[in-house]
Amino acid sequence: MNQPVVHPDDIDIVELRVPSKAEWVALARLSVAAVASRLHFSIDEIEDIKLAVAEACTNAIQHAHGSAYIEIKCEALAEGLRINVRDYGRGTRPETIRSRNIEEERVGGLGVFLIRSLMDDVTYDVHPENGTQLVMLKRLPG
Amino acid sequence: MDIKVNVREAQGDCYVVDLGGEIDVYTSPKVKDAIGELIDRGVYHLVINLEKVRYIDSTGLGVLIGGLKRVREHGGSVNLVCTNPQIKKIFDITGLVKIFGIFESEDAAMKALV
Repeated sequence: MNQPVVHPDDIDIVELRVPSKAEWVALARLSVAAVASRLHFSIDEIEDIKLAVAEACTNAIQHAHGSAYIEIKCEALAEGLRINVRDYGRGTRPETIRSRNIEEERVGGLGVFLIRSLMDDVTYDVHPENGTQLVMLKRLPG
Repeated sequence: MDIKVNVREAQGDCYVVDLGGEIDVYTSPKVKDAIGELIDRGVYHLVINLEKVRYIDSTGLGVLIGGLKRVREHGGSVNLVCTNPQIKKIFDITGLVKIFGIFESEDAAMKALV
């Protein structure tokens, strides 16, 4: 986020950088919810987006060691809202980014499962030494 | 952001934990502590009332699962009261409806405990 980036004129972009601390997750999810509301998602869809963003931030806080910040970029596309959540921590292992078996009664591991369930397209790009980038899309109906 | 936790004794050896507000990575430790303190005191039958919870994420779900596992080790149980459709949906998606008793009212949750 340090360098100005030129974006295509037809895409509205909202960017946010929050400290990688638990107390800032609410601000992140509520900010993205405001963007989703601006794009006329339904209340249920906004709740889905809020939870997915919170889960992404929580994963970054809990697994990305040494990342001071989490960067969140929202792109208002014709087809919906694309959200990019980026951390720069070390130590995230690609194998930890997978959905759990929901039959397991264990604590933790539900976050990735929820993200994949609530959003339409989800891709992870995991670099153990240079952080994780999660890109997720919520399509507008119709 | 806020979380309200209130613990009260109910009938028999059952306790009710009333939760209100938002349960996430920041607030869930407070919920975990309240449930953990009850279990440490030997309370193994709990109703957790989520009627005033506006939001819960996986860390909140994790706290509830952790509490359930601990009371089950002592033959106990945890029933939930949940009327918020969005929160019910999360329990559905995650399959947690299969491991928790989820009820529309506190009375129903209490009656089903024993």
